[in-house]
Amino acid sequence: MIFMHNTRPDRTRPHLIGTLFACSIYLFLFLPIFVVILNSFNANKTKPYATFKGFTFEWYIKLFDNPALLSSFGNTLLVAFASTVLSVLIGTLAAVGMHRYKFKGKSAIDALLYIPVVIPEIILGISLLSVFAWVSIPRGLITLILSHVAFSTPFVIFTLRARLSGYDLTFEEAAMDLGANRIKTFAYVTLPLILPGILSGGLLAFTLSIDDVIISYFVNGTVKTFPLKVMESIKSGVAPDVNALSTLILLGTTGIVLLTQSGLFKSEAKS
Amino acid sequence: MNDQHDFLFFKFSNVRRMIMSEKEVLVKLRGINKQYGTNQVVKDLNLDIYKGEFLTLLGPSGCGKTTTLRMIAGFETPSSGEMTINGEDLINKEPFDRNINTVFQSYALFPHMSIYDNIAFGLKMKNMKKADIKPKVEEILELVQLTGFGGRFPHQLSGGQRQRIAIARALVNNPQVLLLDEPLGALDLKLRKQMQVELKRMQKKLGITFVYVTHDQEEALTMSDRIVVMNSGYLEQLGTPDEIYEKPRTKFVATFIGETNLFEATIAQVDEDEVLLNFETGCMRGLGKDFELDEIVYASVRPEKMNFGSSNFYKPSMPAVVKEHIYIGSIVKCIAMLPNGQEVKIQRLSGEPLPKPNEVINLYWEPEDATIMHSREDTLFSLIENVNLGGAYDDSK
Ligand SMILES: Nc1ncnc2c1ncn2[C@@H]1O[C@H](COP(=O)(O)OP(=O)(O)O)[C@@H](O)[C@H]1O
Ligand SMILES: [Mg+2]
Repeated sequence: MIFMHNTRPDRTRPHLIGTLFACSIYLFLFLPIFVVILNSFNANKTKPYATFKGFTFEWYIKLFDNPALLSSFGNTLLVAFASTVLSVLIGTLAAVGMHRYKFKGKSAIDALLYIPVVIPEIILGISLLSVFAWVSIPRGLITLILSHVAFSTPFVIFTLRARLSGYDLTFEEAAMDLGANRIKTFAYVTLPLILPGILSGGLLAFTLSIDDVIISYFVNGTVKTFPLKVMESIKSGVAPDVNALSTLILLGTTGIVLLTQSGLFKSEAKS
Repeated sequence: MNDQHDFLFFKFSNVRRMIMSEKEVLVKLRGINKQYGTNQVVKDLNLDIYKGEFLTLLGPSGCGKTTTLRMIAGFETPSSGEMTINGEDLINKEPFDRNINTVFQSYALFPHMSIYDNIAFGLKMKNMKKADIKPKVEEILELVQLTGFGGRFPHQLSGGQRQRIAIARALVNNPQVLLLDEPLGALDLKLRKQMQVELKRMQKKLGITFVYVTHDQEEALTMSDRIVVMNSGYLEQLGTPDEIYEKPRTKFVATFIGETNLFEATIAQVDEDEVLLNFETGCMRGLGKDFELDEIVYASVRPEKMNFGSSNFYKPSMPAVVKEHIYIGSIVKCIAMLPNGQEVKIQRLSGEPLPKPNEVINLYWEPEDATIMHSREDTLFSLIENVNLGGAYDDSK
């Protein structure tokens, strides 16, 4: 009977050690986030800010009196939106083209796509800075957007190509067979079928852009994005209003995650 | 009097037109070649497709059937040759400008559209009004016996149902030609038989020209008005199922369609429309013209046309030893072996008297039951590879 028990453990009930292990992982992952949230409600006004001295909404009110912080957040959103739209456009065209056509040097292009992904960001940052200096584009929003497009486009292509690998070109032939010209075929058949891939690629590009520090640091000029602003202020400890904005951002991203999990992208799960 | 004359004339001309229209050429292929790199996939194909016929492209996998179909659909451009529909050039038309529809082997139903939207797609592309589309979709759903399925999605249907929807989606456009690429390939045997009958029924009812691709000779024989037998890019033979089965013109066709016994022989004597054949193991007659003396030929004889004669038989015949009987429902297959080791299949209805295993008999056939074909070989008896005389001949010594 002991052997029976050993060879066929009850898989429906979690083991105590397993449970503890899982809990500690989640603690490790979520404790820092919890601390940020907690500190955003911390009434402590003097350094070190970390000691908790009562509950307050003060930082949230103060946050809206801090135009520099708010405008940095605005910049981050602007750069993220612009670079996402551009990289999704470029990435979609590239992925669809690479899926559809056989051409010389395709595998080389495939391999080259990995370089911006694996290259240390600091090197990519320096390279971009050199290029911008070379063609004398003044550093600012434009260079930030271009740089973010440069590093997020390969990710969009990867996401879409994974999605497209299961995509049968016969659907497009069927559409044309039924009288749809090329534009209608793309609009009614290709686009709806690859849209989930485009959306997840876009989401990835957006999140990559929103928290980028290293590359942005090289090419921002005088424009401050939110992560850069935080980096700047951190020299004197994490300011409580930064915690407040972080908490709001957390709320926003959690909302997006919940939304996507609860069926906005259901068609992706279906096929 | 005059009225009646007119009526009769009208009726007569109508009948005449009906008879004539059966032979009206719709699609014309002339000298079509298709190459992928150095690989020539379709070779000098000449073919007339008649209006309203059920034409089948039959051949083994890789012989170029799909490629031919895709050239007619417009997904591939021929490397050379001409293709017309109703006398108009077809090659330079885009697939979406051709009034030709395809039933894809994978069905290719749009997964993000309901069944209704799938079927309506072609009509929408023609800018038909919504109010006109609805009755058409419902009518075609009725034809394929899936009334009420419009609201479902492709993944909610069984394989057989999806197949019907694929047919409906193509047929609703009332195409000049419907192309079907092994449409029943993914179905199980029972469903396939049922769909064969239904497809034929739809084709007759609608009078639409069907070009059907299959590698299943039985399917081709039961469904088609005419069959194109293809082999490695060549058109081997074009004819009615009867002609293809009864009068195969090449060794390939004889062996690919149905079961047959193939013998190599030389022409020993040429008479008016009969030849005397010299086999390795005997002499026999067959019908045939344009053969030369001493030419190497193949003789193909269907198992049901082979006859048993007793061992002291006087007609031209071949001695053989009965090896075994195989009972398959209402028929019996009998295997006999010639002295050179070649096995011969003989088919009888069960219940008919049969020689027993190990009995020595004389096989023969009526001259009109053998199909004699020119051989492209220049050495004789290349057919028999493993000569194994077996124990039976030792016993009979
Ligand atoms: N797009 C293509 N590129 C290269 N070779 C092809 C292509 N399509 C078909 N072929 C080749 O052409 C030959 C005939 O193919 P196909 O027409 O699909 O045959 P079938 O439908 O009779 O099985 C095959 O040898 C196949 O490998
Ligand atoms: Mg094929």
